Amino acid sequence: MSASSVFDICLAVLLLGIGAWTIIVDNAFAAVIGFVVYGLSLAIAWVRLSAVDVALTEAAIGGGMTGMLMLGAVARLRLARVDGAGTRWSVRLVAAPLCALIAASLATPLLFPPPVIPSLAPTVTQNLVPTGLGNPVAGVLFVFRSLDTLLEKVVLLLALLGIWSLAPDGAWGGQPGLRVYAQPNSTLTFLAQLLPPIGIVVAIYMCWVGAKDPGGAFQGGTVLAAMWLLVIIAGLENVPSIGQPWLRALLVFGPLLFLVIGLAGLVLANAFLAYPPGYAKPMIVAVEVALTLSIGVVLGLLAAGPPELARRQ
Amino acid sequence: MPDATTAGGVLLVVAIVLPVTGILLSFILGGRQVERIALIVLSSGLAVASVIFADIWRTSHHLIYIVGDWPPPLGITLRADGLSAAMMVAIAIVICVVGVFAHADFDARAQPVETRAPFAFWVLLMGIWSGMNMIFIGGDLFTLYVALELLTFAAVPLVCVDGRLETLQAALRYLLFALLGSILYLVGTALLYGSYGTLDIVLLSRQAHMAPATLVAAVLMTIGLFAKTALFPLHLWLPPAHAGAPAAASAVLSAVVVKGSFFLAVRLWFDALPGILGPTGAQLFGALGAAAIVFGSVVALRQQRLKLLIAYSTVAQIGYLFLMFPLAFDTATMQLQSNAALTGGMLQAISHATAKAAMFMAAGLVYAALGHDRITELGGIARALPVTIVAFALGGVCLIGLPPSGGFLAKWLLLKAAVGTGQWWWATVIVAGGLFTSGYMFIVLSHALVPPREPLKLSAVVPRYQEAAALGLALFSLLLGLLVLGPIDVFQVGRVGAMTAGVR
Amino acid sequence: MNDATLFGLCGAALVGFGLYGLITNPEPLRKILAFNLLGSGVFLVFGVISRRAAAAGLGGDPVPQAMVITAIVVAFAATAMAIALVLRLFEATGRATLGSDGPADKGNA
Repeated sequence: MSASSVFDICLAVLLLGIGAWTIIVDNAFAAVIGFVVYGLSLAIAWVRLSAVDVALTEAAIGGGMTGMLMLGAVARLRLARVDGAGTRWSVRLVAAPLCALIAASLATPLLFPPPVIPSLAPTVTQNLVPTGLGNPVAGVLFVFRSLDTLLEKVVLLLALLGIWSLAPDGAWGGQPGLRVYAQPNSTLTFLAQLLPPIGIVVAIYMCWVGAKDPGGAFQGGTVLAAMWLLVIIAGLENVPSIGQPWLRALLVFGPLLFLVIGLAGLVLANAFLAYPPGYAKPMIVAVEVALTLSIGVVLGLLAAGPPELARRQ
Repeated sequence: MPDATTAGGVLLVVAIVLPVTGILLSFILGGRQVERIALIVLSSGLAVASVIFADIWRTSHHLIYIVGDWPPPLGITLRADGLSAAMMVAIAIVICVVGVFAHADFDARAQPVETRAPFAFWVLLMGIWSGMNMIFIGGDLFTLYVALELLTFAAVPLVCVDGRLETLQAALRYLLFALLGSILYLVGTALLYGSYGTLDIVLLSRQAHMAPATLVAAVLMTIGLFAKTALFPLHLWLPPAHAGAPAAASAVLSAVVVKGSFFLAVRLWFDALPGILGPTGAQLFGALGAAAIVFGSVVALRQQRLKLLIAYSTVAQIGYLFLMFPLAFDTATMQLQSNAALTGGMLQAISHATAKAAMFMAAGLVYAALGHDRITELGGIARALPVTIVAFALGGVCLIGLPPSGGFLAKWLLLKAAVGTGQWWWATVIVAGGLFTSGYMFIVLSHALVPPREPLKLSAVVPRYQEAAALGLALFSLLLGLLVLGPIDVFQVGRVGAMTAGVR
Repeated sequence: MNDATLFGLCGAALVGFGLYGLITNPEPLRKILAFNLLGSGVFLVFGVISRRAAAAGLGGDPVPQAMVITAIVVAFAATAMAIALVLRLFEATGRATLGSDGPADKGNA
């Protein structure tokens, strides 16, 4: 048993332990803290699975942004009245074997893989060369299966609209009620002044390098969103009202550019979302830059929540 | 023989790009323009769907579009066969009529500034349409997952779009069920990819064979789709969500949204994994469908509120859709055949969509006029809103299955299949379901036709065009049975491949 | 690929845990947390599929990895929407429950 296997086993045990603990523990706050640790451990597991792009995304979105969202929710729900009943024993009795059965049925195909394991890796590498990209995951996301990525942008926008629609009528167009913890001259303020410029550079780097190495629009966009939220929470900037034209324009810029380039493919190349030969890489980079901006804005707004304060007159 | 983009395939791209562009433009151009944008999108979308339908009917050949010029397994293909075309047109018609109806409740230009509910409603409506179109023509199981999520995120906020607090719980429960459904579907796609290296439906149909991974994947995906379609016993979320939403939203949710996950179930079992469903599996689907019919109808009979009755009726009618599976199963070849039972099932989906939308719109008008929807106190409404009650009654006629409605033709095809394959027990269920439906329709209509004890005071004047919209859609559902004279063969276009492939 | 199978089994177990939490825990926020656990388990299953299919000099098949990235983003949006609903419910009614039944009560009407 090599050292890396031991490491993997310890990591797997850690994941299972924390995962089970977050389900069982009573205190919601503790469960969320556990979940954040879980998310970061999961990112390491993804590195062990040779999926660095996924590890970056999981650390940023799965661990970071989701954890932040949940911590905020737990804090606000501290005062919620809990329904004293709890779950009936009959439900637990039915659910436990059912879940065990489903877990076992998932484990079986994994323990007994097919004799010949099909893989699209050779096809991807082969077709990646003419596009000029070096990152195969970016190739799949923006070239081969770009329709999925485009639709997913629309999914994000609809989710954002769904959250906005929860606002009371009078608050529409106003500012999301993101809790601000502004205490002047505190550590938070210091961090919020120091980190964003570094974060923006990191985000730009991640987006830029994503064409060749792990990284890309999603990861860069998440870092942007995190920096933006940090600045707002520290009170250094105001949350923008959701009706602001520039905000709307930023939200839509990425997917709209993607769509336009896709439609241009009908004319310049052979098909919708096809790239004319030789121009693939610059177009993809342009789309990724635009998407980084839009993803940053949409993720930040998803975390900010529905507007609560009426629009500024 | 590899797929190639067919002439006219670009229409499939237009069908997706149109609503997506509408959504993006709505965000920038602002809330007051959203209704105009929606009007353009809806009408041109209906035109595109009609052209696709006409093309497929005329040429009897399905449309294909290879996105990005990357053929599967690397890329994604859009495919429209007869089923897709029929559903696209039907859903387009329903959404357009609901759009006309919704103008009164969600007028975007009523205020000088952007308002919440109208902006949300029209953008979400376009979102639902783009999701449904993607489901009908998507040829890759992962793209269909993204489309399912699109549909969920557009549908859930519609439940609470009018801002009433009672709808928030229903929306949350709907969201949790829907998310459970999507994630189970997703894990199934992971296993399928692991076994076959592709998620393209046609490629899968050629390679799929009975193996543990395939079976587990199919079962989990189906459970997920059952949860999203609210098939008994995973139907708990539907009645409060559909009954609580405003009228136009209920119409879209019951008529359109649940058909999306149902269509995916058909695609999965008939096209992607033919031959995997055994006779026991087919009978199990039928049993769940029968349970849904009985349970939904019995609970509907006991309802006090009109909208809840109609919502439980949806739970029951969804059961009919799954009766299609045992009736299409051919024990000789041990496969699902694309025969008259399939046509019957899809026609039932379309008839239900049109009739249920009309009924929810009518119920909404009744609620607006009376200020409540308590069934026992509906007396006099027939005289006050005759057009509305006629629309409701015609919708009910279609659901009961009286000629010449689409419901009649659908049940006729299903009954023929039941008798033909010797599965008389499903025939009993179908007939019993029709009797139950007549039962609760009779209850509502008898209360509506009774003259009121004291003169009826209407709390609001109902615009004529809303009543006309409801009536128009109800008439359409009534006349759907006349399809047998013409385009009924459309359903079978592009199905031959599914029948010959996948024989193991 | 032994390490891949290990994480795959881990993922399957996490799916079981997450599903159990989603069905049995009455508080919506805990259900959302369980859903995220369930989702991460599903993604690990994808990860195994990807790692097992390593070929052509790559450490894993990039197609499932791209699918996971898409799914992680969608799951985050879902979590954000669910949390917004829970918070709004709490603001409006002072309690954060699903009422009489959650996705668990298969027995009742």
